Amino acid sequence: MSGPLLAVENVTARYGAVLALDDVSLHVEAGEIVTLIGANGAGKSTLLMTICGDPPARAGRIRFDGADITGQPTHRIMRGGIAQAPEGRRIFGRMSVLENLLIGAQAVAVDPGPELARVFALFPRLEERQAQRAGTLSGGEQQMLAIGRALMSRPRLLLLDEPSLGLAPLVVKGIFAAIRRLNAESGLSVLLVEQNAQAALRLAHRGYTLQTGRIVLAGTGRELLARPEVREAYLGG
Amino acid sequence: MSAPAGVAEAPPRAAAPVAGALREAGLAALVALGLFGPMVGLRTEPGAGGLMLVQRWPTVALLCAMVFVGRFGLVWARSHRFPAFLPALARAVPLALALALLFALMLPPLPTGETLLSAGGHDRALALLALFVVAGGVFLALGWGRAAPAVAVASTRSGRWEGSLRRFGRVLGPLLLALALLLPALPWVGRYTLDLGILVLTYVMLGWGLNIVVGLAGLLDLGYVAFYAVGAYSYALLSTSLGWSFWLCLPLAGIMAAFAGILLGFPVLRLRGDYLAIVTLGFGEIIRIVLLNWVSLTGGPNGIGGIPRPSFFGLSFSAGGGPGSFADFFGLEPSPTHRVVFLYYLILALALLTNWVTIRLRRQPLGRAWEALREDEIACRALGINVTTTKLTAFALGAMFGGFAGAFFATRQAFISPESFTFLESAIVLAIVVLGGLGSQIGVAIAAVVMIGGFEVFRDLAEWRMLVFGGAMVLIMVLRPRGIVASRTPTVALGKRRAISGELVGEGHG
Repeated sequence: MSGPLLAVENVTARYGAVLALDDVSLHVEAGEIVTLIGANGAGKSTLLMTICGDPPARAGRIRFDGADITGQPTHRIMRGGIAQAPEGRRIFGRMSVLENLLIGAQAVAVDPGPELARVFALFPRLEERQAQRAGTLSGGEQQMLAIGRALMSRPRLLLLDEPSLGLAPLVVKGIFAAIRRLNAESGLSVLLVEQNAQAALRLAHRGYTLQTGRIVLAGTGRELLARPEVREAYLGG
Repeated sequence: MSAPAGVAEAPPRAAAPVAGALREAGLAALVALGLFGPMVGLRTEPGAGGLMLVQRWPTVALLCAMVFVGRFGLVWARSHRFPAFLPALARAVPLALALALLFALMLPPLPTGETLLSAGGHDRALALLALFVVAGGVFLALGWGRAAPAVAVASTRSGRWEGSLRRFGRVLGPLLLALALLLPALPWVGRYTLDLGILVLTYVMLGWGLNIVVGLAGLLDLGYVAFYAVGAYSYALLSTSLGWSFWLCLPLAGIMAAFAGILLGFPVLRLRGDYLAIVTLGFGEIIRIVLLNWVSLTGGPNGIGGIPRPSFFGLSFSAGGGPGSFADFFGLEPSPTHRVVFLYYLILALALLTNWVTIRLRRQPLGRAWEALREDEIACRALGINVTTTKLTAFALGAMFGGFAGAFFATRQAFISPESFTFLESAIVLAIVVLGGLGSQIGVAIAAVVMIGGFEVFRDLAEWRMLVFGGAMVLIMVLRPRGIVASRTPTVALGKRRAISGELVGEGHG
């Protein structure tokens, strides 16, 4: 199969009567970092959730590695090689860091040992804090944990929803460096949703901009950074 | 420069606390006057010409004085650096004394000629003493953790409490278990204590069962009594109509209850929090009302009687002895105590089974998924956990243990009716779980002993005991909002080697 790793084709999604995604198409090639930028409420997070099947796509098709995953239950999609570090991190606060990581691996029945070693190598901080309650971690560490937890299922595509949310610029830099490293070293494909358009577009190979549920622009990260409408809308002129 | 400043500051530092403490104590006494004036000072009693107003101002004065002294001591003690234990004690004793006195005053008067020290007043004196000791102990324990270091921030304060509790718990758990195992053999333990022990253990088991649903999976269930009822009725119907033995009916009753759990689970899969609570509450009532109205099957309000007692490997516990009885086989004097002891160990074993299964499961993927579900359902789904099966297994397992407890209840009572399965039972079990600290096994056990045991100890207080327990619950929730044992120890830790076997993770479920 030589097609893209993830192909979203003419997908529509709604929350009740509200149209959240309107005929959206995008793709992520294997080994690529793709970013999705857009204003609040543009539908970025909805798109990630729809790829995971929650809410399900009302129209269009989503294919992962050539197989149609539209309409599959969420847990099955997540076991097939997609992992998500959801918006707001959503770590399990009262459980230990180690337990959080193990939960990431348990649904896909992979041997957690090597994955755990890899995650700890990527985020040594998590290894130091493995016995600590996850809720007591700092925001940056929690984000590392959310990403690490997603990586535990040994995914081929990582969906990252606003990893920079509420973090200090220096911490964001570290997280983005880790994403780049993951991509470069293990060829992990990443679909990154970000408010921080500048950093995201610099990191990504390609990018899309989403506006009220529609894709309005597409191009390489560099191209988008140069576009006047992108500069105006997302980079503060 | 620094030395003179220190000298200059010393006198005011010593004087200020006393003045401040006096002021604060006066204020507290005023508040007490306002409260106790109408509550204690005035009392209506039926007299010759209708209600008479009895005034009891000396008592009010005494109470206010106690508040004054207590408050003064409290504030004063706070400004000094005592070992953590002392201010806690200084706080606990007056508080407990005040509580006991307040209840002494609220109770109906003793028959004329009787005092607390005469024979007629013994029960009451004992009850009050018990109240004093229990309340004092609770206040002391709570105050100790709080009072510790004056500068401690909230987290270390609770951390200290958790630390000492955990150290204590390592001893307390085995200690309680040993006590529970040896209880029937202790010389001063009679039939009454054993019966009480059986009752307490039944609630310990129910608490542990509900803990799976509420404490681990985070699904607020207000209708847990439904599964208790299903288990009890399943056992009663199977054993009376088919004549099957206890050991065959017990698992069947558990299975029936588990089915009921799944039955409840399906419609509430999408519900959370308040909505879930309301639906489960309704479910509990539906079961009770069905039992009440399905007269042809359940006997309706008349209940089911003549439920067979359990046997010991086929040996009956008939009071008269005779061939085939327990006493006959072991060459013992026939005694009704045998059955009580047997029932005691039976419920102890069932409760321990519940505990063991829960502890085992917590270390395994399923239990971890439950806890993750409690923390964040969306994150669970994003990690490929099948939320549906995870919830249903929690409901089913919790219900199954409720069903076991119900079957035990039926065989112990030999008679059941819908009256035993009211909402109050659900509320008590839920209170035990919440007070114990959601998810904590030892906390649930302590809470059950305190609640059910306390309920019995305070029986003399008649309807006032509900007030005692209401008050105690409010207090615990104010002081320890996450329950007696709020901490949670991780179920897995990496040693130096950092070797994780596949067993830790295992197969995905669902």
